[in-house]
Amino acid sequence: MNNLETSSLYQLTMVRFKLFLREPEAIFWIFVFPIILAAGLGIAFRNRPADVLQVAATTPQLTQALAADKGLTAITLDESEGTHQLATGQILLLAIQKPGSIAYKYDDTNPDARSARLLADRAIQTAAGRQNAVPAANDLIHETGSRYIDFVVPGLLGMNLMGSAMWGIVFALVEARQKKLLKRLVASPMPKWQYLASFLLSRLAILIIEVVFFLGFARLTFGVPFRGSLWELCLLCLITSLAFSALGLLVSSRAKTMEAASGLMNLVMLPMWILSGVFFSATRFPAIIQPFVQALPLTAAIEAMRGNMLQGISLSHQLGKVAILLAWFVVPFTISLRIFRWR
Amino acid sequence: MTEAITQPLSPPKTAAGPSLLLRGVRKAFADVQAVDGIDLEVARGECFGLLGPNGAGKTTTIEMCEGLTPADQGTIELLGLNWHSNAAQLRQRIGIQLQETQFPDKLTVEETLRMFRSFFSQGIPVEESIRTAQLEEKRKSRVGGLSGGQKQRLAMACALVGDPELLFLDEPTTGLDPQARRHLWDLVDELKQAGRTIILTTHYMDEAQRLCDRVAIMDHGKIIALGTPQQLIGTVGGEDIVEFAVSGIDPVSHGIVDTAPLLALPGIHSHRVDAGLHQLSVSELHKSVPAIFAALADQGLHLSEFRTHSATLEDVFVRLTGRNLRDE
Repeated sequence: MNNLETSSLYQLTMVRFKLFLREPEAIFWIFVFPIILAAGLGIAFRNRPADVLQVAATTPQLTQALAADKGLTAITLDESEGTHQLATGQILLLAIQKPGSIAYKYDDTNPDARSARLLADRAIQTAAGRQNAVPAANDLIHETGSRYIDFVVPGLLGMNLMGSAMWGIVFALVEARQKKLLKRLVASPMPKWQYLASFLLSRLAILIIEVVFFLGFARLTFGVPFRGSLWELCLLCLITSLAFSALGLLVSSRAKTMEAASGLMNLVMLPMWILSGVFFSATRFPAIIQPFVQALPLTAAIEAMRGNMLQGISLSHQLGKVAILLAWFVVPFTISLRIFRWR
Repeated sequence: MTEAITQPLSPPKTAAGPSLLLRGVRKAFADVQAVDGIDLEVARGECFGLLGPNGAGKTTTIEMCEGLTPADQGTIELLGLNWHSNAAQLRQRIGIQLQETQFPDKLTVEETLRMFRSFFSQGIPVEESIRTAQLEEKRKSRVGGLSGGQKQRLAMACALVGDPELLFLDEPTTGLDPQARRHLWDLVDELKQAGRTIILTTHYMDEAQRLCDRVAIMDHGKIIALGTPQQLIGTVGGEDIVEFAVSGIDPVSHGIVDTAPLLALPGIHSHRVDAGLHQLSVSELHKSVPAIFAALADQGLHLSEFRTHSATLEDVFVRLTGRNLRDE
């Protein structure tokens, strides 16, 4: 115990940890905010019956045929009024009775309108007497692990690890530089690497609380699955946090003002918020930017966490992602040790 | 004064050489020559003051000594060691208090000191540093809640936890109220008595006069005077300063003082005017004051102000530069 008390690395780490706990705003952003976000998304994307699509027809007979389908609600409108309502988005499709045929007016770039087209045609053809060539039945799934909330929780976890590591480190370091505390510290015999390492170590202590808190909430409230090894998930969180802490050190290694640091931090984090697949799969972006998207630390972190939690893929099959994260730890940390400005 | 340079490679720890040695030190920032060739020697156990107006180069000089700013030219030796080859050892053996360091607001006094203590392989217990800085009652208080004087004493305590042989204090009382300043002076007195070598910068002449065994007055990056406060004050020419102002509505003289008869008086050494206030440096105050009264009455002048004080380092600075110490 006495040895620990006199160890400068231990003292520096404890100081960082205490300073973090004494900052009420930080507690909010790191613990409360992601939970509010997860709860909000969980409610917004809860499982509910498929949407009923609003359509219209130019004759009462057609309207009746359309309304017979459970997926549609139909009203009767004349062609000009119907066109107007189409343009303003009040209806998705207008079925127009022509002599001897039907014309569908809709926007084929809107997926809902395309569904409406299929449903409307089926309803009208069925009403006109069409028989199914092959009998078919529906077998619906609402299984845990394939819901949107299951998809988004690993995304939010990754985003939260990025945010808390970056904000926590950048602001503390830039403030210490502004208040000349860094200068005072290098004027003492303190080993410089220990100061930077104390940020990483105290982050790890906070990380444990943060991850357990958030995942515990997701588990208890939404029953989000953990199909892979929990130890491997912890290891993933740890490597992720180290990578973003190192990136935070790099961002704050030269900045002299909060404004400059905030700008730099947004420059680093914004592309990842957009591209790394927090809320939807990163594979949706065009193939040409995929190499860039896949090389981002947040993409690697989130995809590895999804693999672990949702599909139970072991870490030994995700070594590529782990390697990307480790590279994002080693390279920025090495550079920031070299270019760090102490005054 | 030259015994130190005869043996520059003498062994460090036991050497009785100077605590601090500067030879031909220069430093420029962009186009400003902040320090322009300084030679200094500070003996062990001495309290040495660097005095000068803002921008004179005091802080640059002290930061070069502290190893925070590299010098462009010249040699700097502390305790017989230099920053190129003995930096780690020097950091352990000196104590530093910087201008305007802000310690984390949400840490307590004790936690701050415990952290600084952990950096030093040898030193005094945290308790003792708290006692020396008289912060016992504030031990558990957060730094953010301390007064300016208490923060400055905490900075001092942080400089002391490593039990330094050489202590650097950069403007330790700037911005403090008079009571807090006196409190800090008492603390420096105690440290002097404990035999530590202290280098301090200040732009308060009373502080330098009160605390320092020897003083170097700096201006525009150069040392313009060096000696004990008494020696320097002696160079003003008189032991006392007479200040007076005359009312300007006199019909005969129009408030213009003819200085020739004044300077002709015995015991009056010099005269200058600053913002309507005339200053004479005099010796033998009891004889010269009646003579001054008489001379002014002869010119038909009415005194609106009249006072005397003992000559100070401020007067030394004024005599050397023609400017007041606190003129920017």
